[in-house]
Amino acid sequence: MHSRYEVVIGLEVHVQLTTKTKIFCGCSTAFGQHPNSQTCPVCLGLPGALPVLNQQVVEYAIRAGLATNCQIAPRSIFARKNYFYPDLPKGYQISQFELPITEHGWLDIDQEAGEKKRIGITRIHMEEDAGKLLHGGNSGSRVDLNRACTPLLEVVSEPDMRSADEAIEYLKQLHQIVVYLGICDGNLEEGSFRCDANVSLRPFGQAELGTRAELKNINSFRFIKQAIEYEVERQAELLDDGGKVVQETRLFDADTGVSRSMRSKEEAHDYRYFPDPDLVPLVVDEAWIARVRAELPEMPLVKRQRYVEQFELPDYDAGVLSAERGVAEYFEALVDLHAQPKICSNWVMGEVMRALNDNESTIVDCPVSPELLAGLLKRIDDNTISNKIAKTVFDEIWQTGKSADQVIEEKGLKQVSDSGAIEALLNEIIAANMGQFEELKAGKDKLTGFFVGQVMKLSKGKANPGMVNQLIQKKLSE
Amino acid sequence: MKITREEVEHVARLSRLALEETEIDTLTGQMDQLLDYVEKLNDLDTEGSVPTAHAVPMENAFRADEIKPSIGLERALQNAPQSEESCFVVPKIIE
Repeated sequence: MHSRYEVVIGLEVHVQLTTKTKIFCGCSTAFGQHPNSQTCPVCLGLPGALPVLNQQVVEYAIRAGLATNCQIAPRSIFARKNYFYPDLPKGYQISQFELPITEHGWLDIDQEAGEKKRIGITRIHMEEDAGKLLHGGNSGSRVDLNRACTPLLEVVSEPDMRSADEAIEYLKQLHQIVVYLGICDGNLEEGSFRCDANVSLRPFGQAELGTRAELKNINSFRFIKQAIEYEVERQAELLDDGGKVVQETRLFDADTGVSRSMRSKEEAHDYRYFPDPDLVPLVVDEAWIARVRAELPEMPLVKRQRYVEQFELPDYDAGVLSAERGVAEYFEALVDLHAQPKICSNWVMGEVMRALNDNESTIVDCPVSPELLAGLLKRIDDNTISNKIAKTVFDEIWQTGKSADQVIEEKGLKQVSDSGAIEALLNEIIAANMGQFEELKAGKDKLTGFFVGQVMKLSKGKANPGMVNQLIQKKLSE
Repeated sequence: MKITREEVEHVARLSRLALEETEIDTLTGQMDQLLDYVEKLNDLDTEGSVPTAHAVPMENAFRADEIKPSIGLERALQNAPQSEESCFVVPKIIE
């Protein structure tokens, strides 16, 4: 990394909203449908068709604004952004320019050594997406307008980030927030969360920003990091050689790890915005804002803090459990039923997540509900089964959906806590390993584990290990 | 002059209008008159007036987030000069 220059990064993120219908018409927004099957005169841009604003989009924009510490504008308007491109049937995109719905927010990102850094959010505005261009046809390029008019929020940050890592931290947090809010499915591959990065360099100490290049539409956190790092190197070499950075849009190719110039921005920036006469101003009153605020879910960072304070969980656990809303809700439901947070945490982060991974499933589809898992944890707690057997029972519940009690009963897995029965097993083991037992008696304590292990094995895991231990100590003192 | 010939050419290019030389002359003159006319607003004191974004004194026209039937593929494509495999076809886009 070049230390002569300070890296300056600002991000524009397009968040595709999970409304059922498009922003200005009643066509479905479902992904992956037959081309052009979800279109109507409004989203096809046919003459005379009039857009009508989807109220849910406004609701979601307010949610996003409040969750990112923005101010919600009491009055905002829509504007036409004029440019010609075949994926934009009207010849303009309906967006917001002056008076966006929400402005002046921020997010605090984690830095190394536990420091927080505040990243400013300039604005979040509502707009419609363009259609999709499919290349490779013989006769020309093909256009699918199913995506045209799909609602987007564009989240514009201040140029506050100073490294690719900071940019990724910001993006991850923003991603987590919009998914938590239930306004975006967060699917990067399907383009539900797309990032453009503005990258420039300047000599340290210089207040004025350098000329920036815009990296377009990168759809994974890893590629964004690569693209930014590549761009920083490219510009540094250019400046070192006495060259100048040109303001342009560059496209990053993830396969080659190289970006290339797409178009010079100078003309493309002449969008001639003006208020769209087809749409009336939007007025959001205090009551509306207050209602949305009251309905906001607890945000991940707040949850994380609460898990540490209320449940006395390690920060690591709290971070993992609060990262995804579904996991957090599962965990909280479990703690409600089984008031031992650390044990619940261990099971959710351990067995539950392992099983979800192995089965390529998600927490929402987890066949072991918090109720079923709580039933299992009760049986560990009252010594009916050992922790080890519990894992077998867990897998069985996963497969069959039966309760822990049913599985324990049917498979005969009840822990043996009858001291007579365990002693009989222990005697058997001692008789077979007299030599080791003498060594243990002579003070070789490490062998305790061996005897516990052998008894557990003989009992097929059903012996109460605590009791086995006690009995061994008793034998030694005899 | 409020507007130059170059600016008219620039706006024409952005609007994908192919203008004859004589049309550019005419339009430059006409647009100049328009701007002159609009400039009269500068004589007024608009300090404290909220810019008008819409001619109709109305706000918040919403629709509920409910799916309405689309018009169907055939009707969507029926006016397309060229279509192929359910898609509109446009001249090849070279990037």
